[in-house]
Amino acid sequence: MIDTVVQGLLLGGLYCLFALGLSLMFGVMRLTNTAQGDFIVLGAFAAIAAASLVAAHPVIIGVLVLPLAFGFGYALQRYVLNGTLGKDPLPSLVVTFGLSIVIQNALLELFSADPRSLESAGLNTHSLRLGESLSIGTLPLVIFAAAVLCTLALQLLFERSALGRAFRAVSDDKDIAELMGLDSKKIYALATAIAFIVIAVAGVFQGMRTTVSPSDGPLLLLFAFEAVIIGGMGSFWGTFVGAMVLGITQQIGFRLDPGWGIWFGHLVFLAVLVVRPQGLFPKTQG
Amino acid sequence: MTTPLIRTSGLTAFYGDAQALFGIDFRLDAGELVAIIGANGAGKSTFLKSLTGLVRVQHDSVRFNGQAVGGLSPGAIVKQGLAMVPEGRRLFPSLSVEENLLMGAFAKRPGPWNLQRLYSMFPILEQKKDNPGTALSGGQQQMVAIGRALMSNPSALLCDELSLGLAPIVIKEIYDAMPAMTAEGMSVVIVEQDVSVALRVSQRVYCFQEGRVSLEGQSDELTREQISQAYFGV
Repeated sequence: MIDTVVQGLLLGGLYCLFALGLSLMFGVMRLTNTAQGDFIVLGAFAAIAAASLVAAHPVIIGVLVLPLAFGFGYALQRYVLNGTLGKDPLPSLVVTFGLSIVIQNALLELFSADPRSLESAGLNTHSLRLGESLSIGTLPLVIFAAAVLCTLALQLLFERSALGRAFRAVSDDKDIAELMGLDSKKIYALATAIAFIVIAVAGVFQGMRTTVSPSDGPLLLLFAFEAVIIGGMGSFWGTFVGAMVLGITQQIGFRLDPGWGIWFGHLVFLAVLVVRPQGLFPKTQG
Repeated sequence: MTTPLIRTSGLTAFYGDAQALFGIDFRLDAGELVAIIGANGAGKSTFLKSLTGLVRVQHDSVRFNGQAVGGLSPGAIVKQGLAMVPEGRRLFPSLSVEENLLMGAFAKRPGPWNLQRLYSMFPILEQKKDNPGTALSGGQQQMVAIGRALMSNPSALLCDELSLGLAPIVIKEIYDAMPAMTAEGMSVVIVEQDVSVALRVSQRVYCFQEGRVSLEGQSDELTREQISQAYFGV
């Protein structure tokens, strides 16, 4: 049982990385990014492409991709997604859905449908021994640590920094925030830029951990979405907990039958929607 | 005659197709406290929103310090020195009292206002500085809203319905702090539902009626009859 829970927590770390960007974008600007999973896959392929051009350790590749992701996210929000924001949630859903289709087909065109993987210099096979009967993979542990770090960093950013204050203000009341002198267009662009850093991290880890193919996006979106909903909108630690719950639930399912893992996750997600639809730690107002 | 701090000439404003203001001529000189009174729907709040960029108007129709500012973004206008305490307070619920005040300092200009000075003017706010912005009484929230506007060190402060929803004793406490606020020469426009309060604290008063100025004069010279007629349009 301990083994299942530990594996579940480690899996949850990955799901947390999938979900943080979604949580951030929704929290600041009420934008649901239907292309979240596809951007993660895009990040993985960007790292794979970079690895084929630059012969370097995968961690270096990962770090190189981050500033690209920041710039891409900033430009995407500033010049494309800002135009979809408003009282009606539909335009942003439709546009991101369109982006999802574009990304999948572009990746298919550029890389073909063959699943690919990011060379991880042995990280994905290395393991650590914890005690007599427990041993865990090093890569999942690294992913878990990254998830904790990213959640902590985002939480601190929002609670302690001037930028975090600006994010919360513009999310509460955009008009009054602008009355204080904030430029909401730039604030939104910064929020998405930061979200894309986490997306890139998630993509690189996904590419290292398993193979990625152009059509993987929607399933990753589902995991991200479930983690955010279970945890509650608007709280990063909530998203972390939601991801842990999802990971452990899936692992329990996998333990019982290899075909049940993902299904158990869906069951818990449905249960949360029925019993406590606002999630475990909801914080977003309005 | 020196340039007025705020001047509007024939200001018109629309909400979509509905016209709210029909040619407002208004003047605020440096150091003055001017009141705007009028019934609900007379256009008082719309007027303040036009001054601060929350409602789009013609560029030339509003001049601040001689510069045309009509239709500029609220951010650009607050950087020039015009700040507003919005109707209904509109504090940020996800921010603490102190964080709300710090948001006001986002477009900070040089001047005397900072957290310490605000806390010495409204000590209760320092006590509650880590409470969420909206977990305060109405009067305390109004103090935070005023403080937030002051943090940008404006040369002109617009106050939209400070007394809304507050008990008379609280209204008095807030307006008693006005002299301390204007001690360095800041000019103020107040929009007030309460006519006697408006006349008591201001030097000049405008009365709005259905989107037009129906009366203008010195606060201590106008008679009750004149004000009644202008207020109700009888």
